[in-house]
Amino acid sequence: MSWSLIFFLLVGAVSLAAALGVVTSRQPVHSALFLLTNFATLAVLYITLDAQFLAAAQVIVYAGGIVILILFVIMLIGGDTNDFSAAQRAWSRTVGIALGIILLLVISYSALSRMMGPSEDSAALLQGGTPEAVGIELFTKYILPFELVALLLLVALIGALVLGRQQEGASEGIPSVKANE
Amino acid sequence: MVETSYYLVLAAIIFTVGATGVLLRRNALIIFMCIEMMLNSVNLTLIALARQWGNLEGQIFVFMIMAVAAAEVAVGLAILIANVRHRQSINIDEINLLKW
Repeated sequence: MSWSLIFFLLVGAVSLAAALGVVTSRQPVHSALFLLTNFATLAVLYITLDAQFLAAAQVIVYAGGIVILILFVIMLIGGDTNDFSAAQRAWSRTVGIALGIILLLVISYSALSRMMGPSEDSAALLQGGTPEAVGIELFTKYILPFELVALLLLVALIGALVLGRQQEGASEGIPSVKANE
Repeated sequence: MVETSYYLVLAAIIFTVGATGVLLRRNALIIFMCIEMMLNSVNLTLIALARQWGNLEGQIFVFMIMAVAAAEVAVGLAILIANVRHRQSINIDEINLLKW
């Protein structure tokens, strides 16, 4: 077993454990921290896949932006509900896990066509996925989608402001969620 | 070099965990995080295949997905907070106004 494979297995195991932690944690804060771990390990995997710029973007956008936003919302609404009960439908957990296993088998079956690693010249084409390589591609061939993404972010910003605005005449701020509703 | 199919299988497993989480949990915030996880596993697939074929387009695509995911999180969390204001709940079983 080569060192790169051992490294991949270690990082992948941490990533998988963090993913399971997101689903099984009772506290949403713990879920968010597991999610952060998952994003960080994926950034490490991106570096091993010749995508240096995207690894940095992953840490900045996901770990630095999205997880922080989710943590803010958890702090705002204090959602420590124990939602594992789902008492009215006891079969939902069994059915959910069964559907998940079926999905995994189908995806793995279609993904297991034994792709080897890339050839030498195809790895050279990526140039390690540096900001220079990605940027040249982004600002020449894909300049229109890039500008559209800027527009999309502006629309999302305004939409979030409109949705999150305090209503006229509404009383106090955000009420916190009662446990075990 | 690690084979591309290993990355694909890891991405498939993470995607499955996320999808199962959406089915199992009732807390809207956790469902949100599971959706993010599924988006990330697809990103991993795209980057692995970009390396497989020596083509930067997969990485550009991941860049766009990241921007869309950021927009989605901002709007989705705003909807969640608006819902908490009106219904005092983030349990998705109680968000059923559109159910007939």
